[in-house]
Amino acid sequence: MTDAVSSPSEIARRAGLPRLGGRPPFLQYVGALSGRRALLLELARSRFRASNEVNRLGMAWVVIRPLLNAGVYGLVFGLLLPAGTRPDNFVPFLVVGIFVFQFFAGCLNDGAKAITGNLGLVRTLHFPRALLPLATTLQQLLGLGPMMVVAAVICLVFGEPLALRWLGLPPALALLAAFSTGVGLVAARATLHIRDVTQLLPFITRLLFYTSGIFYAVDRVGLPRPVEVVALLNPVHVYISLVRGALVDGQAVDGSTWLLGLGWALLSVIAGFLFFWRAEERYGRE
Amino acid sequence: MSEPRTSSTQESLERPTVVVDDLVVDYRVLAGGRRADRASKVARRPGALKRSRVVHALRGVSFTAHEGESIGVVGHNGSGKSTLLRAIAGLATPTRGAVYAKGQPTLLGVNAALINDLSGERNVVLGGLALGMTPAQVSEKYQEIVDFSGVGEAIDLPMATYSAGMGARLRFAIAASAEHQVLLVDEALAVGDAEFRRRSEERIRELRAAAGTVFLVSHSMGAIKETCTRALWVDHGLLRMDGPVEEVLPAYKDSTR
Repeated sequence: MTDAVSSPSEIARRAGLPRLGGRPPFLQYVGALSGRRALLLELARSRFRASNEVNRLGMAWVVIRPLLNAGVYGLVFGLLLPAGTRPDNFVPFLVVGIFVFQFFAGCLNDGAKAITGNLGLVRTLHFPRALLPLATTLQQLLGLGPMMVVAAVICLVFGEPLALRWLGLPPALALLAAFSTGVGLVAARATLHIRDVTQLLPFITRLLFYTSGIFYAVDRVGLPRPVEVVALLNPVHVYISLVRGALVDGQAVDGSTWLLGLGWALLSVIAGFLFFWRAEERYGRE
Repeated sequence: MSEPRTSSTQESLERPTVVVDDLVVDYRVLAGGRRADRASKVARRPGALKRSRVVHALRGVSFTAHEGESIGVVGHNGSGKSTLLRAIAGLATPTRGAVYAKGQPTLLGVNAALINDLSGERNVVLGGLALGMTPAQVSEKYQEIVDFSGVGEAIDLPMATYSAGMGARLRFAIAASAEHQVLLVDEALAVGDAEFRRRSEERIRELRAAAGTVFLVSHSMGAIKETCTRALWVDHGLLRMDGPVEEVLPAYKDSTR
């Protein structure tokens, strides 16, 4: 090997040039992500602002939209449809269910577009791609804050007492956010490989909306036991129950629901990150 | 292969910044281009699953770039120029072979949008952060970027309202503001007015002087002659010629006649 002629890889090695591309080891990847916190925050914040500022009323829509939603669903499910499966104090029950579901559905649907809708960014700039689905979840979280304030006010207006159980709200929302983050990561990668997933999402969203006990109590429907167990294990229903448990009287949850919520959140976040990370080098390609 | 021997003395003097080793890049596309087309969900024909087809964008390219070099990349449409740049930027995964580079090469293309719904101002901040600057560095460079782009008061407006030239200028200004060791410019100099082109070329010379390497893809032979010292001629995914601009450009021009 005394020959002066060297292969390209030799030249690179001698000049100390690292090889590009490929994906970093998982922990290093997570480290790189946290190193880009500033970008993540800026992405989420500026998107959140932009999505509202195109309207005349601007940021007021952050509060108006959930109120209108509660009004419409309250009208449809509260007044027009029969009331056999409804718990007492239906309005807080319904509003909490809808708001939690809207946050989750937003994470799922926007997460699915996180990569495919930002190909310009992905093809130009280098950053850990998971930033994009994470930013969409964070953007949804920025909307969830005001929504939860509205929900709390509605609960108080409809006679829900301010009680110690309200302290359960932050941990319930944290678990919900963790779960939704994982779902967003999975959706972001899935739509990249198979665009057809985008076609299915509206149906998945609608199916979850009708099966997650948003405008009825799952245990009052009188489902056969095995079906009811599945319905109660449904993570969306679990998180709705946890938030209801905190805000709505008579909807208390037991420890098993909390454990279920914690389990789903951990499973979703870990599986989501791993699944997304495994295709890291492929995101710019297609 | 006696040619590398003569250049090996040079290599000991000039420090390599990018080494491309037998690079092959294939794309898998669904027949009918469905995967590449975002609006395709509407245009989807009924019937069976689409079969995928392999497109060979680069078929074995090797070269070494050094500090202070400015390299023009020429070739016909679809010859693989842009894929080569994207591979050097680490944005296209090699099917075979490898790219070694100093720092993180940054690609600057006219077609690559930042976020159109956001104002130019937010895009400057986002772009700077995405290039790896800290928030402090971004606010330090903010005015410089805006001035360089010449976008003026429109910086408050959403980028969607910009003309193609304005958008390209702002993107160039953002990308050129970071300290790059390797900057890849894809057709960006073809847009903008004479004044902006002059400033861009000046900026490229500055980057080179700071021991950087600049790659420039352009159909404008003038721009390449002005700014580049070396040229790569890519033809059907292969490196047809690699040498001084004065030799490669005439040969390339002859072939297009």
